[in-house]
Amino acid sequence: MTLIDLANPTRFLALTARILPWLAAITAILLAIGLYQSAVAPDDYQQGATVKIMFIHVPNAWLSMFVWGVMSLAALGTLVWRHPLADVAAKAAAPIGAAFTFLALVTGSLWGRPMWGTYWEWDARLTSVLILFLMYLGLIALWRAVEDPSRAARAAAILTLVGAINLPIIKFSVDWWNTLHQPASVMRMGGPALDRAFLIPLLVMAVAFSLLFLTLHLAAMRNEILRRRVRALQLIQVAQASQRRA
Amino acid sequence: MSLGPYASFIVTSYLLVTIVVLILIAWIAIDYRRQKQRLRELDASGVVRRSGRSATEIR
Repeated sequence: MTLIDLANPTRFLALTARILPWLAAITAILLAIGLYQSAVAPDDYQQGATVKIMFIHVPNAWLSMFVWGVMSLAALGTLVWRHPLADVAAKAAAPIGAAFTFLALVTGSLWGRPMWGTYWEWDARLTSVLILFLMYLGLIALWRAVEDPSRAARAAAILTLVGAINLPIIKFSVDWWNTLHQPASVMRMGGPALDRAFLIPLLVMAVAFSLLFLTLHLAAMRNEILRRRVRALQLIQVAQASQRRA
Repeated sequence: MSLGPYASFIVTSYLLVTIVVLILIAWIAIDYRRQKQRLRELDASGVVRRSGRSATEIR
């Protein structure tokens, strides 16, 4: 099966039916390994056991930006190539991205209270992530508010691409401004600053959460394709009923 | 395994992530069942796709 075959929603449904059970199983196994490694990871010399929050906070924070990146690529697919699955991919990803962003914000707050002495600070990193969360909610509201799917797709694609400006702001906010949030300690020049005892569980959890996103995204895309098929069939049903009456 | 003086923050974080992920999984699974049910109802009412295939067919 070539990539162009996936442009056909029916072939996409057949493919997801085959790979979803395997993806779900691999995700569950990796999550179990990651959670075990997080549980047995040593305490940090400064943070103590609180460092365990990092193993769930950081993957959620990475995914909050990655999902918007995926949606931005899908937005290009909608506007430039008019790919039939591009809007389906973006619309299906938005609630999942919003959930990951919500978790990044809340777990960050719960980590911040014992470490910084506060749940929230209006600094550049925290505020830009909060804006990302609000943008996810705005996009979801837009898709729900516009009745015509093709008009909703174009409007959402433009809003997604405009919102992508926030991604480098989030990433570099800790370098550009004085923030309470620590600078990057994994993806940085000169390699990760974390000890292997923390880095390995963190990377396993990051891969597990990424696979979780892939699994949920494919399943949500499948649902969105079926929803559009239901809508199309309902329109045919209405047209047939009015023909019979005429 | 001792979680120290901030155990409640750690446990709350992990519980919250578990709950939100389970809600996501349940929401997607319920939505799938709902769409399949609607397609079965449309199929039963005799509506066919423009391709001539049945509503529930995915191949």
